Amino acid sequence: MNAGKRTLTLGPVLYLWEGEKWRDFYFRIADEAPVSHVVIGETVCSKRLHFTDPYIAPVIERMVAAGKRIVFSTLALVTLERESQYVRSLIADSPYPVEANDLSALALLEGEPHWIGPLVNVYNAATARVLARRGAGNVCLPPELPASSINEIVSHTPGVDFEVLAFGRMPLAISARCAHARAKGHIKDNCQFVCKDDPDGLPVKTLDRQSFLALNCVQTVSFTCQALLSELSGLVGSGVSRFRLSPQDCDMVAVARLYNEVLHGRVDAEDGLARSRQIYPAAPLSNGFHHGQEGAAWIARARNVAHGANA
Amino acid sequence: MELICPAGTPAAFREAVDAGADAVYCGFRDETNARNFPGLNFSREELGDAIAYARRRGAQTFVALNTFMRAGHEGLWYQAATDAVRLGADALILADFGLMAHVAETYPEQRLHVSVQASASNPDAVNFLVEAFGARRVVLPRTLTISDIARLARQIRCEIEVFVFGGLCVMAEGRCSLSSYATGKSPNMNGVCSPASHVRYRQDRGDLVSELGAYTINRFPRDEAAGYPTLCKGRFDIADARGYAFEDPVSLDVMDQIDALREAGVSALKIEGRQRGKAYVAEVVSTLRKALAATPEERRTLLARLRLLSEGQRTTSGAYEKRWR
Repeated sequence: MNAGKRTLTLGPVLYLWEGEKWRDFYFRIADEAPVSHVVIGETVCSKRLHFTDPYIAPVIERMVAAGKRIVFSTLALVTLERESQYVRSLIADSPYPVEANDLSALALLEGEPHWIGPLVNVYNAATARVLARRGAGNVCLPPELPASSINEIVSHTPGVDFEVLAFGRMPLAISARCAHARAKGHIKDNCQFVCKDDPDGLPVKTLDRQSFLALNCVQTVSFTCQALLSELSGLVGSGVSRFRLSPQDCDMVAVARLYNEVLHGRVDAEDGLARSRQIYPAAPLSNGFHHGQEGAAWIARARNVAHGANA
Repeated sequence: MELICPAGTPAAFREAVDAGADAVYCGFRDETNARNFPGLNFSREELGDAIAYARRRGAQTFVALNTFMRAGHEGLWYQAATDAVRLGADALILADFGLMAHVAETYPEQRLHVSVQASASNPDAVNFLVEAFGARRVVLPRTLTISDIARLARQIRCEIEVFVFGGLCVMAEGRCSLSSYATGKSPNMNGVCSPASHVRYRQDRGDLVSELGAYTINRFPRDEAAGYPTLCKGRFDIADARGYAFEDPVSLDVMDQIDALREAGVSALKIEGRQRGKAYVAEVVSTLRKALAATPEERRTLLARLRLLSEGQRTTSGAYEKRWR
């Protein structure tokens, strides 16, 4: 691999976890996980904010003491006045960089150094340069992008650190309607926080019992887990400097350690994949988007296919 | 309020103009627009003729360039913008910031509309697009209630266009990769959703099974009419529940709310359906034109007739109604 800088970012917890579970998760990340940056804060549903509010201060304190760089996440879908107000005050008051996940945060962050999350549509370098001129210093690219686009964007956008989702179920859609509440006989306005019962998402199967998607409140995520391990070296070669691990309900410290080992060439990618399947057995792995295929697909390394090894 | 009508073919375009469209929106025959379906859309020459036809009858033409530019191939979108401007498009409907910046800089006089695909759902977002790119109008995502729209209208500095009739995205538009997760082809990158190239129907134990890519999207017993397997309108199993997980096979119809939309500050009403035939376009446009001028009672009668044209003959107010959420 190149000698270029490369680190791991822990993305925000997208699911609704009980406050204490959430706090303990981050305490352990602070103490044990080899990640340089931690993006933190509710991203999916404004109704959930009170679950983690009481724990944010101690979590941040522990992270900072452990040398982690904090980035505050913002809401992915902002439609209500109180949601606009929340994003405005978060940005106004934040002592840490903020990650924009919708256009309102993007608008409010102009002129100060900020991050762009994977839910903002950056499909080309022209767009990335527009965002860079407005102060974006780190852009996590959308999971849908193939490697060819990533290469092109990174090589034509100087002065920005690029990040790619390397682990976790992929965010695929967000809606004003809560399919999660609907599946349990509620509507969004009276959801009773049923998404709390599914800390890793609620599986959606086809009528032929194929595992397909998972519901996370108003968000729909992939059933498969994005796993870019064999691809890390190529991405570093393209100039991608950060790799995002999106928390699932599994041992994320082990995930971070594993990705760190592979990223620095101490563990072979194939061994890494086998270990990854053990750490998070709940979801099959996928990397199809990266290879220009359907996102759910698993594309084995080309050279292995060619040689018939490890197929 | 203006009536903005779809056209996937020159014939549908003329029907829409003749039926009373204030403006017709359409796209080029490639991936630069979000209805990149086989057999649809316009060559440069066809667009030029269409614009001239509309202009002679006092109608405007909006050109949708509302996909996201594929990295390294931006020239395709830039050329489409250049050609649309040259041919006299009254507005370009854009979603990609890079393309908006290019158009705002290269053609500062060109009227720029924000596509629904840009997902500008709140005042800060809309005002950003007005300030950064000179957007004159925003097409709002189908995630807002009418009272949300009224509140938004008071806080933004551009016109508002909303979808009132036709297909309904359940997910926030421009932010959905469900189609590419199953097929590799997405609205944002390829201008298609649940593309026909990846659809298959098969018989299984008396059911008609519809598939998208490798996935079953629905099963229809013999006595049930089968529908197209649009991913978010499929039937799935979730825990112990089986059914339409995201949305039933319904289409949007909020024409009974047009007075409320007008009061909310909406400038233009948009009809979805560039993939529809010219007969459908003619019927919908002429009926909605009449409905706009009718009394509420007359309007109900007019709209009841139209429901027969809707997908599955069932309609919804979608997110415009709070309970839908």
